[in-house]
Amino acid sequence: MTSRQSVAVAGEEIRLENVVKAYGDSRAVDDISVTLPAGAFTVLLGPSGCGKSTTLRMIAGLEEVTSGAITIGGKDITGLNAARRNISMVFQSYALFPHLSVAENITFGLKVRRVAKAEREDRLKTVADLLGLPLLLDRKPSQLSGGQQQRVALGRAIIAEKPVCLMDEPLSNLDAKLRHEMRVEIRALQQQLGFTMVYVTHDQVEAITMADQVVLLNGGKIEQVANPRALYEKPATAFAARFIGSPPMNIIPSTSLPLLGENAPDVLFGLRPEALELRSEGPVRGRVRTIEYLGADTLVACDVGGTDVLARLPSGRSVAAGDALSFGFAPDTLHIFDQTSGKRRDDLITQIGLQVQSS
Amino acid sequence: MKALKLKRDWIIGWLLLLPAMVFLFAFTHIPAITSLVSSFYSTPRGRRPAKFLGLDNYQRMFDDPVFWKVLGNNLWFALGTIPLSIALAIVMALWVNDKLPGRGFARMAFFTPTVLPLIAVANIWLFFYTPGFGLFDQLLGLFGLPATNWLGSPETALNSVIVVTVWKEAGFFMIFYLAALQAIPKTLIEAAQIEGANRWTIFWRITFPLLMPTTLFVSINAVINCFRLVDHIFILTDGGPDNASALLLFYIFETAFRFWESGYAATLTVALLVMLCLLAIGQFFFFDRKVHYK
Repeated sequence: MTSRQSVAVAGEEIRLENVVKAYGDSRAVDDISVTLPAGAFTVLLGPSGCGKSTTLRMIAGLEEVTSGAITIGGKDITGLNAARRNISMVFQSYALFPHLSVAENITFGLKVRRVAKAEREDRLKTVADLLGLPLLLDRKPSQLSGGQQQRVALGRAIIAEKPVCLMDEPLSNLDAKLRHEMRVEIRALQQQLGFTMVYVTHDQVEAITMADQVVLLNGGKIEQVANPRALYEKPATAFAARFIGSPPMNIIPSTSLPLLGENAPDVLFGLRPEALELRSEGPVRGRVRTIEYLGADTLVACDVGGTDVLARLPSGRSVAAGDALSFGFAPDTLHIFDQTSGKRRDDLITQIGLQVQSS
Repeated sequence: MKALKLKRDWIIGWLLLLPAMVFLFAFTHIPAITSLVSSFYSTPRGRRPAKFLGLDNYQRMFDDPVFWKVLGNNLWFALGTIPLSIALAIVMALWVNDKLPGRGFARMAFFTPTVLPLIAVANIWLFFYTPGFGLFDQLLGLFGLPATNWLGSPETALNSVIVVTVWKEAGFFMIFYLAALQAIPKTLIEAAQIEGANRWTIFWRITFPLLMPTTLFVSINAVINCFRLVDHIFILTDGGPDNASALLLFYIFETAFRFWESGYAATLTVALLVMLCLLAIGQFFFFDRKVHYK
């Protein structure tokens, strides 16, 4: 280990204030305000078209901000061009320069900034060792596998020791096994070097496993900003509840659950498939439609008052299509959302929770 | 049985090739070989048939001051047109590749010279170059400069032809560069921006190297065009004055169809072909080390 490797980069805080990106009349990013803490791993998560990539590109300076302000480390950089923002970025397509060797690709930024040759070589060696690239330095990007190209792109991002690193779906072109490895590696790298990471993905598993903080976006607006645990356990909206977790949470209108909904009209009940357990006389009653056998568990889809409800049951219990089943659940696994706004309604939990226990 | 089938495949294969081959042989290979053969013979006249002369025609060519003159002209013509038209083509392509108002119009304007027939275009340029009241002289006259006989004096004739050629070729080459520029992924430019490169650095370190295959293709075409173009000389200068603007192919045409010296013209043609082959091969070897193909 050289001394350089132990030198941590001081991450800088990124702040977005009322940021809007409009294309004509439509707003890709609609009035977003959020703080990405210094040195933290923040994931921008959401379905495609939710504005997460646009947000990242605005932080990078590749996309102009229609209104609002972005600061990095307390400095307003809204009008600055990309070259002067002191950031690094990994692109979805890696964006390696095809005519340059791996070494030239990694040191491109240093060369552009006229860093002395001796220091370039020194840093290149450190980064190459860190990423396991020493044997590939003379190759061209076209001679590398997808995973190796990914590493080169990472190398180019970390060699300049910038306080902020942006990543735009960097793992989406890799196969499942490699993706898992790189997930662990990127997370470890970020913790070791200490820069502020902004990571865009549509994959909730990536978000949950890597993030310190998740910013969940939908339709250009923020649904929730929370750490992964809070996002899973206390989703702020019905959208957040359905987006996190696999299979997604069941969202059941109160009309489909008359036993629970009689004195709480116009709400949505949220129940995770893993929270449902078979209980005779339980409040969730339905008829089995399909069964999906997963080995340890079985996913059972039931028709509950006209709504499809998934339950994850231990495979020991044999269930057949057409069976009438009733489920219960622990009171603290019930989520309640407003039917019109989709917002979480914790104020109704106690009231309905008592009913659950009594039924 | 198998051998028979193989034989039938062969016959069908050759039959399929035949139509194209007939034309290729009739109009390319046979004339080329005939030219090579005639270059060793005298020109047949009336009842006197062609006589074998061996290398006499070649000896005559090496002693011919006009041959060296037009060869020199051609070299100067190549040096004047190729780098300039390629540089202009790149600049124009970069310009119309950017988002700018009226981009479609600019693209069309740059490409127009390629579409227009040269005969028509040359007439416009003839007016530009007219001594005294042509466009150039009128413009220069505003600054009190004297009138120049652009196409009529030996010092300016060839350069005036070069200007027309650059104007004509640059727009054509621009199309190739524009296509190549659009094939360069935008993220590469963005990545370079993030790494702190300015526009100038991005062009020289990223864009220009990635355009190298196009530059190779265009430069070979430009070289061939340099030796191939004669029509504008017919209209603008007719090779004069005193062969000051005559190029090799123009000289070959004059020798063959004005002086009717087909033997000597064949010799000049062979010389031209050999030079073109050497240039094309040389360019490939020269560029090959510098060109990055995807």
